Amino acid sequence: MQKPQPTRPDWVSASVVLLLSAPVAVGLAGTLLPAAGFLPALGGHQVSLTPVRDLLEAPAIWTSAALSAGTGLAATALSLLVVLLFVATLHGTRPFGVLSRLMSPLLSVPHAAAAFGLAFLIAPSGFLVRLFSPWATGFERPPDLLILNDPLGLAMTFGLVIKEVPFLFLMALAALPQTNADQLSKAAQNLGYSKTSAFFRVVLPVLYPQIRLPIIAVLAYSTSVVDVAQILGPTTPAPLAPRILGWMADPDPAMRFQASAGAVLQCLLSGGAILLWLAGERVVRGLLQASTLRGKRRRREHTARCIGFILTAGTVFPAILGLAVLGLWSISKGWWFPSALPSGFTISHWADLGKTGTEVIWQTLVIAVSVTLVCLILVISVLESRTRMKPSGDGTLRKLVFVPLLIPQVSFLFGLQILSVLVGIDGSLLGVAMAHAIFVLPYMYLAFADPWNHLDPRYQQVAMSFGASKWKVLFRIRLPLLMRPLLVTLAIGIAVSVGQYLPTIMIGAGRVTTVTTESLALSSGGNRSLIAVYGMLQLLLPLMFFAAAAIIPALLHRDRSGLRV
Amino acid sequence: MPRTGLTLDNIRISLDQKELIAIDRHVPPGRILTVMGASGSGKTSLLNMVAGFLDPKFKATGRIILGGKDITCLPPQDRHVGLMFQRPLLFPHMSVVENLMFAVPAGIKGRRARAALAEKSLKDVSLDGMGERDPATLSGGQQTRVALMRLLLADPKALLLDEPFSSLDQELRAEIRSLVFGMARERALPVLLVTHDPDDAVAADDHLFKL
Repeated sequence: MQKPQPTRPDWVSASVVLLLSAPVAVGLAGTLLPAAGFLPALGGHQVSLTPVRDLLEAPAIWTSAALSAGTGLAATALSLLVVLLFVATLHGTRPFGVLSRLMSPLLSVPHAAAAFGLAFLIAPSGFLVRLFSPWATGFERPPDLLILNDPLGLAMTFGLVIKEVPFLFLMALAALPQTNADQLSKAAQNLGYSKTSAFFRVVLPVLYPQIRLPIIAVLAYSTSVVDVAQILGPTTPAPLAPRILGWMADPDPAMRFQASAGAVLQCLLSGGAILLWLAGERVVRGLLQASTLRGKRRRREHTARCIGFILTAGTVFPAILGLAVLGLWSISKGWWFPSALPSGFTISHWADLGKTGTEVIWQTLVIAVSVTLVCLILVISVLESRTRMKPSGDGTLRKLVFVPLLIPQVSFLFGLQILSVLVGIDGSLLGVAMAHAIFVLPYMYLAFADPWNHLDPRYQQVAMSFGASKWKVLFRIRLPLLMRPLLVTLAIGIAVSVGQYLPTIMIGAGRVTTVTTESLALSSGGNRSLIAVYGMLQLLLPLMFFAAAAIIPALLHRDRSGLRV
Repeated sequence: MPRTGLTLDNIRISLDQKELIAIDRHVPPGRILTVMGASGSGKTSLLNMVAGFLDPKFKATGRIILGGKDITCLPPQDRHVGLMFQRPLLFPHMSVVENLMFAVPAGIKGRRARAALAEKSLKDVSLDGMGERDPATLSGGQQTRVALMRLLLADPKALLLDEPFSSLDQELRAEIRSLVFGMARERALPVLLVTHDPDDAVAADDHLFKL
């Protein structure tokens, strides 16, 4: 008799999931207790409702909450709509190839850098107004318009959309091959449906469940975002999350209690937005189903394509143009309104970075590189242990890994901050690195799991039939074959770490500064060139690693055409 | 229990209560057992079970005896059964000679000795001088010959062939087939061949098991 393989519990995966979820759970608890008035370190010894009462009496608190929910839901819905229309109308065409090649690098741009770029583009004194002034608009000085920081949060919503479209697009693109989309679509087109109708009627119902978690992650992030809100969002009042951060920094301990109550409200608000989204999903599904059964075949394919292209281009090009303007500002010598271009170029803003700047860059890199390397080892351990256990799928693990991305950062970072003070790692590189890991690990796992699982298993079977040990198979066969996605995963980890604002500022306690926190600190100062330099650094530091990820495999495997993509 | 050859002792493989294959055969050294059947008939599951790669969702009973030793529960790397697939599956990140050296047993020490064995096996299939080549630049027939020599260098006790000739064109197929069968007979290796090509079965001219 062949003994059934003993099903041992997968300790490696279990401990990594614990490593991810424990800080979230502890952090949430550490937020909840002060919200109920209990935090002995700050003199709160008994449970009381004062923090909640203070929060509810804060001026315009419900406006802030409505702004957070509204901008977050709008940004998520718009991003998804753009991505779906783009894939539905243009998949397999030339413009699709062009736009998707432009989108992948945008994914690695930190939110703050993209938001600064957009601000420099659309502000009343920004590049677009300059381009048309004074010859078309007659403006000799910047018009007095509230384009940035508008009270409805339109600029902030747009700033979120230009960053979330590339993310959702790449998630959809990764999910498409698993849905058999091409055959489904062909079958429907064969029945007389246009390509676009076919997508929404037969492909989307299969595709959507595959991208639901990334969409919810976008929603949780957008309803609680801080850095984009500080750059582009309304100020009187600001959305909830940036206000919470302001209260936390307040020297008055009572405000700290109010902040923790705010963090709990933020959690409820994002949770409510998610529930609302899930309800909306049902409504849309019902409507789509009804229209599918009616059998109507819309054939205005050309119009659909135009709309799909315009919407996508309308988010991709402002993002790219904004970053170009950011680059110009970082090397401009005098750029007065209404000139469309700087009067001259200089590297002095970069040279002026000096000692402080070098220190900031150094801290950014030390944190990013160490976090990424540790997370890579964890990701490989999980994948290798799962491969050895031969489980039938990675569905559950994939969901668990998403947990830290589904809960508003500010809601559990508040508790983690208290914990870091108790342990004594607040304001240290180690503390900040550990906080970054909570967000870096999920993205690295998501990036590396697919290439790992798609590697032809027969390579390792052949190697094992030669008597090669499991370790030899891992280091001599699997990792070398996966070198390209491995290096890309490393670069993604670096980009995620460099882009972290809230964990850095909260756990770093002002003593750890990265290029992202530095650029936000400068944002109120109005020195555009210096902001631009730090914005460009957010872009360039990850870019170096992406470049290395492209060049190293090309050099190492230059004689191996079987590995060329 | 026979001390030599490969014994499939009362093997049954099923998936979701449905029996895919039931086989009880002995393959003496140097002989070929051909298992024929349409795709989805469970012949690949049989190979996976013998090699140790059967997905746990399949239920398998029975014993596999190789050279008098029960290997049913051994991990794949301790079974000493050589696998050959439809594609040659040369490791694309290694050169031809590195592919061969990867298979040479660890007991043979020293880079030079290992390289010499690899070079000699290339010569055996008239591919001498190809060692430094990128495997992707070889023709299909050359790649299959390298894959065969790589397999034999690992010193297997049995060969498992999963339609190894189906990707080759007609003329090449006969040539490679007789090369593989010849080498197996010369080394007295029991061979388990699964295929849906009747020509393979005719060429093997040995025991046939139809599904």
